[in-house]
Amino acid sequence: MDLDALFGCLSVPACAVTQVSTGLIIGMLLFLVASGLSLIFGVLGVINFAHGAFYMLGAYFALAAYQLTGNFLAALGAGALGMALFGAIFERLFVSRIYGRDVLMQLLLCYAFVLILDDMVKIIWGAEYRMMGMPQSFAVPPLFIAGGPVPPYYLFMIGISVVVGGLLWLGIARTRFGKLVRAAAHNPQMVGALGVNTSLLYASVFGVGSLLAGLAGALAAPVRSLTPGMGLSILIESFIVTVIGGMGSIVGAFVASLLIGLTRSFGSLGFPLFVDGAMFVMMALVLILRPSGLFGRQV
Amino acid sequence: MTRSNAPNPSLAKSSLTPSRRQLLVAAGAGVAVSALGAPFVARGAGAKLRIGMPTILSGRVAILGTSSRDAATLAVNQFNASGGFGGREVELVVRDSKGQPDEAARVTRDLVNTEGCEIIIDAEASSGSFAVNEVVGDLGVLCLHTCSETSALTADPKLRKPTAFRSARQGIHDAVAGGKYAAELAKANGLMKWMTCSPDYAYGRDNTAQFVEYLTIFAPDVEVVNEAWPKLFEPDYTAYVTRVLQVQPDAIYSALWGGDLVSFLEQANLYQIFAGGLQWFSGGLADPPIVNALKQLPEGLHSVFRYDPDYPDSAANKAFYKDFDAISETEPTNWSWQTYTAVQFINQALAATAGNTDGMALAQEVAGATVDSPFTESGTITMRAEDHTIIDYPVAWGRSRPEPKGFQDWERGDWEQILTMEKEWKQRQGYL
Repeated sequence: MDLDALFGCLSVPACAVTQVSTGLIIGMLLFLVASGLSLIFGVLGVINFAHGAFYMLGAYFALAAYQLTGNFLAALGAGALGMALFGAIFERLFVSRIYGRDVLMQLLLCYAFVLILDDMVKIIWGAEYRMMGMPQSFAVPPLFIAGGPVPPYYLFMIGISVVVGGLLWLGIARTRFGKLVRAAAHNPQMVGALGVNTSLLYASVFGVGSLLAGLAGALAAPVRSLTPGMGLSILIESFIVTVIGGMGSIVGAFVASLLIGLTRSFGSLGFPLFVDGAMFVMMALVLILRPSGLFGRQV
Repeated sequence: MTRSNAPNPSLAKSSLTPSRRQLLVAAGAGVAVSALGAPFVARGAGAKLRIGMPTILSGRVAILGTSSRDAATLAVNQFNASGGFGGREVELVVRDSKGQPDEAARVTRDLVNTEGCEIIIDAEASSGSFAVNEVVGDLGVLCLHTCSETSALTADPKLRKPTAFRSARQGIHDAVAGGKYAAELAKANGLMKWMTCSPDYAYGRDNTAQFVEYLTIFAPDVEVVNEAWPKLFEPDYTAYVTRVLQVQPDAIYSALWGGDLVSFLEQANLYQIFAGGLQWFSGGLADPPIVNALKQLPEGLHSVFRYDPDYPDSAANKAFYKDFDAISETEPTNWSWQTYTAVQFINQALAATAGNTDGMALAQEVAGATVDSPFTESGTITMRAEDHTIIDYPVAWGRSRPEPKGFQDWERGDWEQILTMEKEWKQRQGYL
């Protein structure tokens, strides 16, 4: 425990800026994955244990597109849209068969696909780690904000995540599609009875959730090593985020992701040996004091 | 409806149908053969000699297994191309343990008892190697550990097995050589404020503690002001990188390796943490696949030798690199030369025993043996008889160069000093 370092950092603008930006970097990627997970659960009632594998596939799709085109935007598009398509098909072919079934069935199906997708990646891209490398336009020195260095790529990553998060919130709160999604989450039978194609709606929701995981993977690809199974650790943290924020709440996922990111960032200075512990303590406190999560619907 | 106890006429007893007693005898014999193991069946004259290899072929450290497997394959192919011994060829049987110690133990037992392997090359990481060590201790077959760097595996007499050897670098050797190399640079350049950043598991902690121990023996004024322990396979190192920015050390020692090391350095490059003269000392950077995976290798990072096609700058080393490249999708690693060397020891022992694969007979030939080696400046590597581990292997330290990406300025470790300090360390540990 080094609280002097923690408070010392908070009192120095350069240090505070660097650590806050670090928290945002960690938090925003986590938000993209966790919001997809939360959306799928909120509407479809499915806990997608394969969501980490979708993040991994998004990163590999981006890698393949980048190697093919040398264009980072194409890589982002491949990761996000590729996973949206994959997710929609996955929902139609497999997930749609287990709606209303026991959660163990969901676990079984999703875990099977975690193994299948990991092996698929191994067969196509090999078992060794891969690096995409930083796109040329971002391979520049860090910017200094109040004396604290922040790499431009990380600003881009934070910006994209905030924009996508905002669009997601607007889409759900302000559009007809969003109304249908909220209605389906509340009473799917009634939505179906009113003539809405619920199969298409469910596939779309699963596609959007998968798009978010794929986008997170594509954004992570330039700075993280890609390996089969890389989705596991982010999946665990995403579950912590959804528990803290509230299952099904996009705003909750956003706030909880920031909390986790900032805990990781400042915790590495003040209590480096208890960072993981602190996250689980937060989760336990929320479960005890507000079991539905900070922004979840009270049952 | 009546129920008859009569057998189906078509299945009636005949002279060709075994009696119940015969069936019991046959079943008992089958069980006995299984228990004793199939290798006795496979040991016909002229049959291939099978060498089993438990290793890690999946997961984030699969490169350990694939680069070891390819090196063993190369050495076995060369041995067979030279005629084997007495017309008997060697066959390599590789199995994936998935990096799980209990699976490594099970696979090893199966390789010997079921698949007829008469020798084991253990290309497991340390945790798996300790499990395999116990199994080969039971079975009594010759075993060469080719990846575990944990000193206790062979240094601790309580763990050492009569037929098990280590053909791999050892933590204590690297700690002495690395500590001295780093201490000299620290004294020359005023690197007094140190930080460590190593994976939070047994290897990372042991390796780092030993490095720091010898660094401070050789340079007592050095101070370690901060320690970072990221999880093994941590996906995001940004919080650790920015911690380096806040601590502002003169130098960092890291036992990160593989994809974790690549991720850390790529993320550190975004903050240009090496631009201000920060010195980086690494136990695992100079493996060619890691160097190649890095999109940007900063200049002047220090690493212990792992493998370098240009060091030693010899025809034999270049020939090894070329031959390895012809059969492998990856470049050679530290584990590659160690495994290749293990097969050299095995082949030499087999030649000395005229093909007798008895574990103790082979162990007597491996203990104290010296093989010609493409990987050392002296041209040989020796298997020390007293504790079944190799010495005189390359423990050089070098510096990175960005273009062409690689390492240069290798400085050889002083083996005389390493062995003296190793002896003192063993006495402190109660091994002597």
